[in-house]
Amino acid sequence: MFTAQAATTWLTKFGDAIATNKAYLSDLDTPIGDGDHGNNMARGMTAVQAALATQTDADLTTVFKTVAMALISKVGGASGPLYGTAFLEMAKASKAGTTDLPTLLAAALAGIEKRGGAQAGDKTMLDVWVPVVAAVQADKLDATLIATAVDSTKPMIAKKGRASYLGERAIGHLDPGAVSSGYLFTALLETEAQA
Amino acid sequence: MSLGIVVVSHVPEIAAGVTTLIKQVAADVSITFAGGTDDQEVGTSMAKISAAFDANDADELLAFYDLGSAKMNLEMAIEMSDKTVHLYDTALVESAYTAASLVQAGVDLAAVEAQLAPLKIK
Repeated sequence: MFTAQAATTWLTKFGDAIATNKAYLSDLDTPIGDGDHGNNMARGMTAVQAALATQTDADLTTVFKTVAMALISKVGGASGPLYGTAFLEMAKASKAGTTDLPTLLAAALAGIEKRGGAQAGDKTMLDVWVPVVAAVQADKLDATLIATAVDSTKPMIAKKGRASYLGERAIGHLDPGAVSSGYLFTALLETEAQA
Repeated sequence: MSLGIVVVSHVPEIAAGVTTLIKQVAADVSITFAGGTDDQEVGTSMAKISAAFDANDADELLAFYDLGSAKMNLEMAIEMSDKTVHLYDTALVESAYTAASLVQAGVDLAAVEAQLAPLKIK
């Protein structure tokens, strides 16, 4: 069972990782994007943390919905609707009655796929989400799997997002959304380890 | 049912500029726009897009955008809107101009869409 408390801990850890790596994420985004992923995510996660701080005794659905709305309204770039949709779908799934983490994450993944229209191999956050969610279903998520998934984006040619305008020139660069998604799931592992 | 046009760009000046351009050929068409983030930075805002839908006098809208993330915010605004909104993956300036001229001329939606089809670039 995934609790509202665990979700809050998870998102707090994710926000901390984004704040710590804000400059690195924007640097990754500079050669193959518009150089704002770190700043955008930091702005969004600051809003998330402020919104969560005002919630006392929120249930799981409320936590996820609060996160979704803050990201959708504050991020500005593509990661706002994408991460926002992921948390909105988790809010819907939890409202429908599930507190099962693999089920929640599967709903989030489906939301990202629908919103962005990307597939695994397109050099996007999905190249982390797809293997990670599969590993969570099999109860086999670990730090190595996350790192491998993030690194897998390096040799790829981008099919979606700003990097897609660069064609082969994107080869050799990590996808910034994959890196921030790596932080998200690292924060999840740390949260689970504490539980 | 009247048709209106909504222009969405990452940059406030682009959204406003395209609107200025297409109003020249569509004096009687309701045209609204959303550009930039809530802080007027480069990006798009679902709230601004929703406001542009609401501010449009028409109840059926044709929406045009510049780059990918604008589309995602548009789709979310569409899901939350009571209006019927048609979204086109077409060249922003050319297709907004084409639609504006045709709507002004009283052309129906199917015929407008037929002329927009070859302008699809994304």
